[in-house]
Amino acid sequence: MALMRITSPHAHGPQKTSWVMQQVLLATVPGLIVLTHFFGFGTLINVLWASILALAFEALALKLRKRPIGFYLGDYSALVTAVLLGIALPPYSPWWLITVGMASSILLAKHLYGGLGYNPFNPAMVGYVVLLISFPVQMTSWAPPRGAGELPGLMEALQACFTPGNYDGVTMATPLDVLKQNNSLLVEDLWQANPQFGRWAGVGWEWANIAFLAGGLWLLYQRIFTWHAPVAMLATLTLMAALFYDGGSSASGGSPLFHLLSGATMFGAFFIVTDPVSSAVSVRGRLIYGALIGILIYLIRVFGNYPDAVAFAVLIMNLAAPFIDQYTQPRTYGHVKSGGGD
Amino acid sequence: MYDFIAQYPLLSALFALVSLGAVFGAILGYASERFKAEGNPIVDQINAILPQTQCGQCGHPGCRPYAEAIAAGEAINKCPPGGQAGVQALADLLDVEAPELDEEHGEEKVPHVAFIHEDECIGCTKCIQACPVDAILGAAKHMHTVIASECTGCDLCVEPCPVDCIEMLPEAESLENWHWQLPEPTSRRVDIIASDASEDEAAA
Amino acid sequence: MRKLFDFHGGIHPPENKHQSVRTGIATAGIPDELVLPLAQHIGAPSAPLVEAGERVLKGQMLAEAAGTVSVPLHAPTSGTIIAIEERKIAHPSGHSAPCVVLRSDGKDEWVEHHPIADYKSTEKQQLLQCIRDAGIAGLGGAGFPTAVKLAVGPSKPIDTLIINGTECEPYITADDILMRERADAIIEGTLILAHILAPDKILIGVEDNKPEAYSTLQAAASGSAIEVVSFPTKYPSGGEKQLIEILTGKQVPSGGLPADIGIVCQNVGSAAAVHDAVILGQPLISRIVTVTGNAVREPQNFHALLGTPMHFLLEQAGYEADKNQRLIMGGPMMGFTVPSADVPIVKTTNCILAPTADELPVNPPPQPCIRCGMCAEACPASLLPQQLFWFAQGKEFEKAEQHNLFDCIECGACSYVCPSNIPLVQYYRAAKAEVIQLRQDAEKSEHSRLRFEARQARKEREAAEKEAKRAARKKAAEEKARLAAEAGSAEEDPIQAAIERAKAKKAAQVAGSANESQLEKLEKAVVTTRKRLDTATTKLEAARAEGADHADALQLGVDKTRAKLEAAEKALQDYQQANGTPQAAAADATDAAQAAIQKAMAARDAEANKSPQDKARDALAKLEARLAKSEARLQAGREAGEEEKIMIALEATVERLREKVAAARDQAQETEQC
Repeated sequence: MALMRITSPHAHGPQKTSWVMQQVLLATVPGLIVLTHFFGFGTLINVLWASILALAFEALALKLRKRPIGFYLGDYSALVTAVLLGIALPPYSPWWLITVGMASSILLAKHLYGGLGYNPFNPAMVGYVVLLISFPVQMTSWAPPRGAGELPGLMEALQACFTPGNYDGVTMATPLDVLKQNNSLLVEDLWQANPQFGRWAGVGWEWANIAFLAGGLWLLYQRIFTWHAPVAMLATLTLMAALFYDGGSSASGGSPLFHLLSGATMFGAFFIVTDPVSSAVSVRGRLIYGALIGILIYLIRVFGNYPDAVAFAVLIMNLAAPFIDQYTQPRTYGHVKSGGGD
Repeated sequence: MYDFIAQYPLLSALFALVSLGAVFGAILGYASERFKAEGNPIVDQINAILPQTQCGQCGHPGCRPYAEAIAAGEAINKCPPGGQAGVQALADLLDVEAPELDEEHGEEKVPHVAFIHEDECIGCTKCIQACPVDAILGAAKHMHTVIASECTGCDLCVEPCPVDCIEMLPEAESLENWHWQLPEPTSRRVDIIASDASEDEAAA
Repeated sequence: MRKLFDFHGGIHPPENKHQSVRTGIATAGIPDELVLPLAQHIGAPSAPLVEAGERVLKGQMLAEAAGTVSVPLHAPTSGTIIAIEERKIAHPSGHSAPCVVLRSDGKDEWVEHHPIADYKSTEKQQLLQCIRDAGIAGLGGAGFPTAVKLAVGPSKPIDTLIINGTECEPYITADDILMRERADAIIEGTLILAHILAPDKILIGVEDNKPEAYSTLQAAASGSAIEVVSFPTKYPSGGEKQLIEILTGKQVPSGGLPADIGIVCQNVGSAAAVHDAVILGQPLISRIVTVTGNAVREPQNFHALLGTPMHFLLEQAGYEADKNQRLIMGGPMMGFTVPSADVPIVKTTNCILAPTADELPVNPPPQPCIRCGMCAEACPASLLPQQLFWFAQGKEFEKAEQHNLFDCIECGACSYVCPSNIPLVQYYRAAKAEVIQLRQDAEKSEHSRLRFEARQARKEREAAEKEAKRAARKKAAEEKARLAAEAGSAEEDPIQAAIERAKAKKAAQVAGSANESQLEKLEKAVVTTRKRLDTATTKLEAARAEGADHADALQLGVDKTRAKLEAAEKALQDYQQANGTPQAAAADATDAAQAAIQKAMAARDAEANKSPQDKARDALAKLEARLAKSEARLQAGREAGEEEKIMIALEATVERLREKVAAARDQAQETEQC
């Protein structure tokens, strides 16, 4: 047998891209369970339908681009996008909404730029923002949490998603919405007036955030990503909230705890900000990237037009990531100064 | 002051514009003096990119004349020895779109070196006169030879030789100049897995 | 306990070292044929001192160092040189390189050893020379000439000598076993190195996965100034730069040498080789090679002669060629695949790794880079491998350089951790080569430009000179005309005078000034040719006196000139006969001509006194003498293997003389007969 001639290294570590993606999928499970527990099967149906669509769109795009389909589907990246978008969308979203969202994510944000690894923007967030701008009504109608309203059963949920016309079940403003709309009540009164506010940041929301935090910690433990970006994001978000918190007046932006545990904070910090493809690469770069996302989230939440802001903040910083990379090259061994910037 | 503005809005607007213009003009003027870029004249910069084979394939007698012609607006894709990379470099320098290499002037090929079959050489010195870089050694009625390290592979000595004893040989790969090549681009790989092979072949 | 530092990144691949240290060092024996590449080190290949067919003794120098950064090569055993030719060597390209091929005679007969009895009282220079002459080049893998590394100038005082016993690559145990079995030699060699460098601190660094080697060294070093340091295992802590950072916390400046920060680093194998060279007087002719991998049944370390073919060792270790899919020289991280098992062991061969396909599977096809950053975390040089990959792939080499591509040590940690299986190291190697190529091309193009411009300038200058000469001639002519006109115009009308002068000139021309000038030309030719002949003859005599090689060529020249002179004289004579002696010349030189006539008559008389037979005989004798001389010279030339050109000239001379002799003989016979 002829001897092979290939380049070193000849040994290879056990990690594979598909394994990384599997870990990310696995880490969303606690969050999914909590969401399902509080809001019913809506999110689960979102995720499943989105996954089916993601695989279909991915296969279509690969076919059009004449790439080996099996090889690229095996990296699970499309599934990750689908799960993330499915979680981000309101439960019981109509099927066409998810379809438009997945098409934007996979076809527009991912394959138009060259597929996995080449997309400058987080595909799930692109899909989310396309929907948020195009269908604001559907995108802001969130199901009421358990206790505040009645949860639909599985069949009802499916019906809600796949029958023409909107799901006309009860929807309810999220705590972030309420806080934004509020201009007369003290925060304390707001809590008492709205049953969905729960203990810290809204029934369901607080537990969902804690569950995503747990999933994120699992990923950190598995060394899927480094702590820098999420911690920086959470730190600046807390800092901003603390700076602007005035003890709960009617114009208050909400307490730091409220911001940490409401909306998509933890989900964003550990599942969106950590998307390696579209974020900055160096350690310092990731710190800056995360920190600026945290600041932007607070600014948009409190001073902007949209109740939640993770998607916008992440997309804006995706845009800035190459620039951050340019100026945050690490100091190479044997160099006095860090490179770049010149 | 406010009264003045209220009374003569036209006048004050004019004044404001003029003074703004003056201030920015002064800043720009200062900046252009202060941060003046003392670069090479453009011809030198172009000439530095050209491969200096002096082969004349571009239609000019040497690289510098072509550099001058480019500076005067001639197309930048007439230099086969520089190759597409050279065209790209020129395009970057001149901040224009990089065109494809003009096939009319020749194709890009691996570097060559002239070789004189010495037993056939009659010592006519014609190639010596043709060589733009004095890379051929010899005297009348004596055998000539090429100084390989000085040869630019320009081909110009081949034509004048009356006995056709000059050959352009491609530079051979040896232990000294061997190096790893970039891996094949991912998308072109055909050996991925059996079921995908046909897909990929279709792509290729 | 010494304070240790850590370096950025690093990985922990499976070590797989235990397989090959179950037994001690085995001696491989002497193969029938040893192939010794002339370039086994970094720097210029050594220059052969021997020729095919020569018998050499073990330890005899086969090739000498060519230049400063080079080392000599020695015979690993006694035997006969059978060839110096291109052979396949252990190189990833699979190309061949010049090698000395030695057939061993089995006697293993040593040359005389010249150990240095007491190195402590020996001059530093002499020790360095001894190390250099022993052919020692870094045995760790790079093969940089040890003596060059040790010869740091006084401008760079060395405060730390580090001996590298890290051996961080998986599988390799050559240094480990060396430290276990030859700790004394390593310590002694280290002390010699320390004597040369006079550092403040002497450290031996050993990873903590080699406890036995550590304790053996510790025991051997007790009582000396050497400190043996153990530190946590992490790949690539054995890289020179990484080891320096671990032990001292300092970083070698980019593009610089450890000596720049007062550190010299040597491999334990080199230290042992220095011991052998100085204390035992033995050059570097063998080394320890780990033969391991699942495709050999008994992985072990061999003490092998340089030039031993790899299969010679593999077979002793129970090689199963059918299981082996690639043969690696070095370890799994930085080693390279060799083209066949016939390639020889060289000074830098620390390991032959023969893995099975399951053991080190081939990477699956690469997936896209997802910029996960694991490579940046693993990179010991704190680079951003994913960015470098991006630039290398897009051929943006300038950007890659900006991202410090050239600080990459090609350790392979990034490729190891890459979840997308991208062959990152290959990208960097190719990009580096490409950048170097571009630099060389730029240099060459600049050089060509200068040559082209120099040629242009020269041509212009020549043209200008020609032009200037022509202008000067024209000007001189005009000046002359003007002066003449001025002189004429002093008395007469200048125009009239000019016309008259022109008329006169014309008349004179018609009157035969042309003939005169022709005659003058011929006369001049005779005179100059005679002069040339004279000088040529003097030169020839001088050359003969010195016995110079070119005398024959000169002789040829003299002959030619003489022929020319004869021709010129004849032409002059012919002309004179045809035109008659010019009036003026005759009138002027009546006396001289008279004398010449008289002289000629006298000569004729003298000649007439001789009989024609005598004359012919004289001529023949003279010619025969010349012929004999020429033939002798031709013979001598042939024996000495003269250049072809000279031989041809000599042969022509002999041929011509033979003809002349024949003609003269005929004439002599004729005269004799009548």
